[in-house]
This record gives sequence, structure tokens and C-alpha cells, in this order.
Amino acid sequence: MASFLGMLPGDIAQGLIWGIMALGVFMTFKLLNFPDMTVDGTFATGGAVTVMLILSGVPVPVALLIAFAAGIGAGLITGFLHTVFGIPDILAGILTQFALYSINLHIMGGANKALSVDNFHVIVSLRYIPKTIITAIIFDVCVMILMYIYFGTEQGSAIRATGSNPHMSLAQGINTGAMKVIALALSNGLVALSGGLIAQYQGFSDINMGRGSIVIGLAAVIIGDVIGNALFGKKMNFMLRMGFVVAGAIIYYLIYGVVLWFKVPSEDMKLISSVIVAVFMAVPYLKEKAAHPYRSSNKEVK
Amino acid sequence: MLRVSDIKKTFNPGTVNEKKALRGVSIDLNDGDFVTVIGGNGAGKSTFLNALAGVWPVDTGSIVLDGVDVTALSEYKRAKYLGRVFQDPMNGTAADMEIIENMALAARRGKRRSCFRWGVTKSEKEHFKNALATLNLGLEDRLTAKVGLLSGGQRQALTLLMATLQKPKLLLLDEHTAALDPKTAAKVLETTDRIVSENHLTTLMVTHNMHDAIVHGNRLIMMNEGKIIFDISGEEKAGLTIEDLLQKFEEVSGEEFTSDKAILS
Repeated sequence: MASFLGMLPGDIAQGLIWGIMALGVFMTFKLLNFPDMTVDGTFATGGAVTVMLILSGVPVPVALLIAFAAGIGAGLITGFLHTVFGIPDILAGILTQFALYSINLHIMGGANKALSVDNFHVIVSLRYIPKTIITAIIFDVCVMILMYIYFGTEQGSAIRATGSNPHMSLAQGINTGAMKVIALALSNGLVALSGGLIAQYQGFSDINMGRGSIVIGLAAVIIGDVIGNALFGKKMNFMLRMGFVVAGAIIYYLIYGVVLWFKVPSEDMKLISSVIVAVFMAVPYLKEKAAHPYRSSNKEVK
Repeated sequence: MLRVSDIKKTFNPGTVNEKKALRGVSIDLNDGDFVTVIGGNGAGKSTFLNALAGVWPVDTGSIVLDGVDVTALSEYKRAKYLGRVFQDPMNGTAADMEIIENMALAARRGKRRSCFRWGVTKSEKEHFKNALATLNLGLEDRLTAKVGLLSGGQRQALTLLMATLQKPKLLLLDEHTAALDPKTAAKVLETTDRIVSENHLTTLMVTHNMHDAIVHGNRLIMMNEGKIIFDISGEEKAGLTIEDLLQKFEEVSGEEFTSDKAILS
């Protein structure tokens, strides 16, 4: 138990940083209704760009900003593949993600790159967890406020309309293709930012650090959704929804901590993550089905 | 107001599924014309409206709206000039968004959507409220309710209102009451008549219901096999009966009218 409690702050810190990534997934998956697979590559790109820039003496905030821009670039590519070249949404993301693997290797000049917390002024690190938690909360809150404002603007509303009803959006003169590209770009920017922070936190970037991150992001979004709806129901507003996405990421890492505490080998975590996502996605569906079942007729058919 | 010259559209050309949906449709609409469009199943009524809306490009022909050639404009660009209501009540509104947000989206039809202006402003709120009140559905008290919570009839009425928040040069109604129960359909049609006459809108309304086609509007066209086969307006139209229409159809097309829905309703 003591070791579990000892892990707790670290899990929360990681959850908070992953929360930024989950907000990016929330943007595409929930608001735009676009299952974006790019993020697995973008997350590692964010880590790679951030680490390489910090190593070459660029101040951390500037490095993170450039990582954000790199994420935007990745999102733009997926967006163009889908809207300009007509490639189906999931495949467009997979293509970009696959390409990013090579690009990430080029950025790092290898499969991974260490970033020593002793030699560089990183803003988050597992060495200083309390400070990391505060920094991560500041990031989450800022991202949430900016998203709250943006999705209240004309452009943000148009993105939400595109996700809700593309048919209606076109009839209302919304350039749905452009809206998809913008949302994908912003979403991947956030994912890269999150990757840049995680790389600092763990002290290295790695070619595989983004593998399966879409599943973690989805887990956070869906866990947050289910819990938020259970607690607030119809009173959920946009800010609360985003808050629960971040909470979902934290809960995911707490579950992760519990599972590890039960001495489950860490290589099984991906299996467990998939199961968690599948279960949380299945529950609302099965609940709905159970509420409106096919009923066998009372009369016997002869 | 609207000049359509010989538009043609063939779907899946050169395949076994080839369908000549529009075989040369031409029509001139005057400012304020309210035209009802009838025809059998597969006559090309909805295809004609979709061609005007720019859902896909036409093969040949031109569409000129109030002096602007819109033939080459994509659907979202053409939306600037058009108000549209669809058969499926789900299609015309964004279910996950609030009533007021839907109205604000419609109020900005054809304008650039900036990220430096609010999606809904305080000053429009009052305007939207008043507009909703004219529908007599109590929606003015539910501004922040999600549209997904509304009934089909309420959604059609809202879509109709949204189509006219920015006065369109042409209003396209594609069987917008076909999915509603008779009572609600009658109410939505009543609202349609009021909005069209109040705003003096040039309108095309597709309907399966011959009675509605006769009672509403000042002009009626009948389509068959991708062509307009009958065009009647004014006094002559006002004196039409359903029998006249059926007879006319057989006369012009040489076959029986093949829409059970139209005859039964």
C-alpha cells in the first residue's frame, strides 16, 4: 500500500500532462467526430522536437512552441490527405502517423535521446513532482480556457457544427473541409505539446513514446464522459466536459498505478488499456440497448 | 430571379447503374414565385433541387440566380444565396448544439467565420427570441436547449426559420413535411406560407401531396423522367383539381402516375 501511495503523486502528474493530449483527442473525436490516428506519431514528434531543441540550447518555452507548431504541421497533412485527396479519415491519420515514424527518427538521429534534468532547466520532471503537478495544472487550465473561448467563436462554432451535422453545415455555407483541417491542426498541436512535456518529465524522448497514445487519449475522453454524465447529467457544460477529460486522464493513470501495484508486468499494460477503453465504450451502448430491447412476442408462432 | 437553362445530370455514366436523372431542365422563376414541384417516384424532383443547391456539379447547362451565375460554385459557397429545408428533420439542424447556436450559425450563412468574433452575440439573442416566438411553439423560452431534444415538426419549423434569418434569394423545400404526421405537416406548411409571403421569397417546394401542391404557391410544375412536363400558374393553377393533374400526367407522359404516396395522401 505504501508503495502505491508513494506512486500516487507521480500518476497524478502524468495524468495531468496527458490531459493536454486528451483535450486534443477530445477536439477531434468528440467535437469534430473524426477518429484521428495521427496522434500516435505526433506525440513522439512533440517529444523529439522538444528534446532536440532543448539540447541545442533553445529555451524550454520556445522549444514547446515549436513542438506545438510541428504538431500543427502533422495535423495539416492528415487534414489535406482527407479533404483534398479524399483519403478516408482513419487511413489518412494512419498514413501520417506511419510517415512520422521515419521523420521522428530523423529528428532525433536515433531511436531515443536523453535529456538530463541536471543539465537543463526543464519545466516538468519526475524528480520534482509537486512542481510538476502545479505546472501541469497551469497548462491544463490555460488550454481549457483557450479552447472554451475558441469554440465559442464563429469559427469554433462552425467546427462543432461540422462535427455535429456536415450536411447542415454545408447548407449553412460552412466550408466543412477547411473546418476539419483547422481542428486537426489544433488538436495535433496540443498532442505534440503534451509529448514535449512528457519527454521532459521522463527525461528522454523515444521513438515509441507515442505508440498507442490514441488509446490513452480515448480512454481519458471516454472515462471522463461516463463519469461526468453520471455526476452531472444534463447540467454538463463545455468547461465541465473538458475538466472531466483531464480527470479521465488522471483516473487512467491511477488505474495504471493500481494495476502495476498488483505486480502486473508493464508489458501487459497495452492489453489492459485496450480493455479499459473497450469496456468504457461498450457500457453506454449496452445500457442504451438494454433500455430498448427486442422483446419476444407473447404469442406462440405455429 | 432564377434562370435555369437546360441542366442535365447523369449518375454513374457508363455503368450498369447509369441513371439519367435530369434530361435537360429549363425554367425561369420570377421574383416572389412560389412554385410547387410534383412528380412520380424517381421523376427527378429532389435531384433538381440538389442541382440548384450544388450538392454536385451538373453535367451541362447553367443556373443563374439574380444575375449571378452560380453553376460553378460549390455547395457551401452557393449556400450564401439559398435557404434549404430537407425531408429528414435531422438534416437541417445540428442536434448537439443549442437552438440559439443553430440560429447563429444560420444568421452567418455566406459570411466569413472569424475566430475573433463570438459565435453568438448578446445583441442577436433578442432578435432570435422574437423570431422564434412567431413560430408559436414555445421555443423562445428554450434558447439554450439542444436541438436534438426537439420533435421532428419543431425541428422543421426551426430549420425553416433558420433558412430565412438571412433572406435567401431562393428557398428550396425538399418534401419538408413528408416525414411529419398530418397534423404537424399542416402546421409546418402554414408556417411555410406565412414566412414565404412575409419575406416575399422565391420558393421551390417539392411535395408528394397533390392537394398541397395545388393549394400552396402561385405556380405548379410537374416532372417526369428528369424533365418538366407541365408548368401552370396563376388563375389556371388555382382552378386545378387532383383529377386534372392525374389526367394531365397521363396525357403528357403516356403512362399512369406512379406514386402511391401522392395518390393516397
